[in-house]
Amino acid sequence: MNFRKIYALGLRHLYLIMNSFPRVLDLIYWPTVQIFLWGFISKFFTLNSEYYSNTVGVILTAAILYDFLFRASISFNMMFLEEIWSRNFTNLFIAPIRIREIIAALTLTAILRTLIGLVPAVLIAIPLFGVSVLSLGIPLIFLLLALYLFGITLGLLVTSGLLRYGPSFENIAWASLFFLAPLGCIYYPIEILPETLQIIAKGLPLVHIFEEMRSILMNNVVNYANILKSISISGIYFVLGVIVFYISYFGAKKRGTLINMGE
Amino acid sequence: MFIEIKQLTKAYNKYLAVNKIDFQIEKNKTVGLLGPNGCGKTTTIGMILGLVTPSSGEIFLDNKNINSFPRDQILNRFNFASPYVELPKKLTVIQNLEIYGRLYGLNNLNQRINDISSDLDIKNFFYRKTGELSSGQKNRVSLAKSLINQPEILLLDEPTASLDPDIGDFVRSYIQEYKSKNKVTILLASHNMSEVERLCDSVIMMRSGKIIDKGTCKDLIKKHGRNNLEETFLKLVRSKDEF
Repeated sequence: MNFRKIYALGLRHLYLIMNSFPRVLDLIYWPTVQIFLWGFISKFFTLNSEYYSNTVGVILTAAILYDFLFRASISFNMMFLEEIWSRNFTNLFIAPIRIREIIAALTLTAILRTLIGLVPAVLIAIPLFGVSVLSLGIPLIFLLLALYLFGITLGLLVTSGLLRYGPSFENIAWASLFFLAPLGCIYYPIEILPETLQIIAKGLPLVHIFEEMRSILMNNVVNYANILKSISISGIYFVLGVIVFYISYFGAKKRGTLINMGE
Repeated sequence: MFIEIKQLTKAYNKYLAVNKIDFQIEKNKTVGLLGPNGCGKTTTIGMILGLVTPSSGEIFLDNKNINSFPRDQILNRFNFASPYVELPKKLTVIQNLEIYGRLYGLNNLNQRINDISSDLDIKNFFYRKTGELSSGQKNRVSLAKSLINQPEILLLDEPTASLDPDIGDFVRSYIQEYKSKNKVTILLASHNMSEVERLCDSVIMMRSGKIIDKGTCKDLIKKHGRNNLEETFLKLVRSKDEF
């Protein structure tokens, strides 16, 4: 790994954000809207639901964590799409940067985009709804790690699709997370799902992450084995995502799509 | 021989984009790649750059198969410019040059950007976003990017397409001047025959994925009994002959 090249590619995306105030606004706008929406829903449920009684912030914390996953994945996809939209794709792929360095650069830069969007929203939630994700304590770091790995994995799978099918795959980029959300049991316990779907859901890290989050907030119980399980599952998916990305890259070279990738 | 292409073929299902082509390029020479649209020029360039995997055949650089080099090592020796490939539009000119200079691992980055920018007269729009530039300005920035690493091998795909005669002449003169001062081997795909006559030591004519003739401009014109390269080109591409 050449960190100077990883830094160079990261810098390209940092300049892109710095050069455009509307872009920064766009990054902050959606998470903030989400926080407001789920903040009010959360407040309503807290007051009217037996399940969520005295557990102020469970839904809002779930919304924040889900948004973190969503932003991580979308950030990864967006940075890749930016290269296609700007017709810079060929320049990037003929530069002496290895594929693993491109993946590393996008992975590391995605965290920056994610945090630009999410930190203001998280800070707003504290005075407005009295909810802080920091109340999850140390386990929050591990839960975020599992979410980030899985978010990047989804990004890798979508970008693999972009390499395979070209820019027409773009719509899938936006839809990918909504597809998995029902199985992620973000706002409800896994028991709500039919048994068959429960089996599938347990194969995803999301269920373990959000079950753990609820357990910490509602019962004050931290189960590190469960957290480790979620990180491990995310790690396995991440490795699979990298493999799929490489397969798509070599497939794109075979089909000659790298040279004509554009708007 | 510096670059040697042997039986290079690219098939997309049953369509043969490039069909068993052979050619060599001597070090520090400029070779023109000519042919009608869809004849396989860009695919050939794509294969040399490693963007397209050949169906069969081999590419040698300094008598070593190009696949035996690590990807970053080989690409450090190349660069490419084409009006169909752009630099990030929302980044300023200097930001783009900085990013690519870093990606090519330059140590004397500021000096290199300064030198190339003075030569190509792009300093006066250094801080403008690349997407806001005129075609001629974008073209010069793209050329600056393609020379930032002082490549041993420069691939140019229609470098003066869509430029007005003045800017087109500026770019051609610059390539000529750059070549006289630097050791660089150039493969130039172009539809501009006067450009090819002016810049190239020899040309390769392609049609339907095959090489139909090659040689110096003078030799080809003489061989086909025409007055200039454009007439020779037209004769060759319109000919019904199988090559």
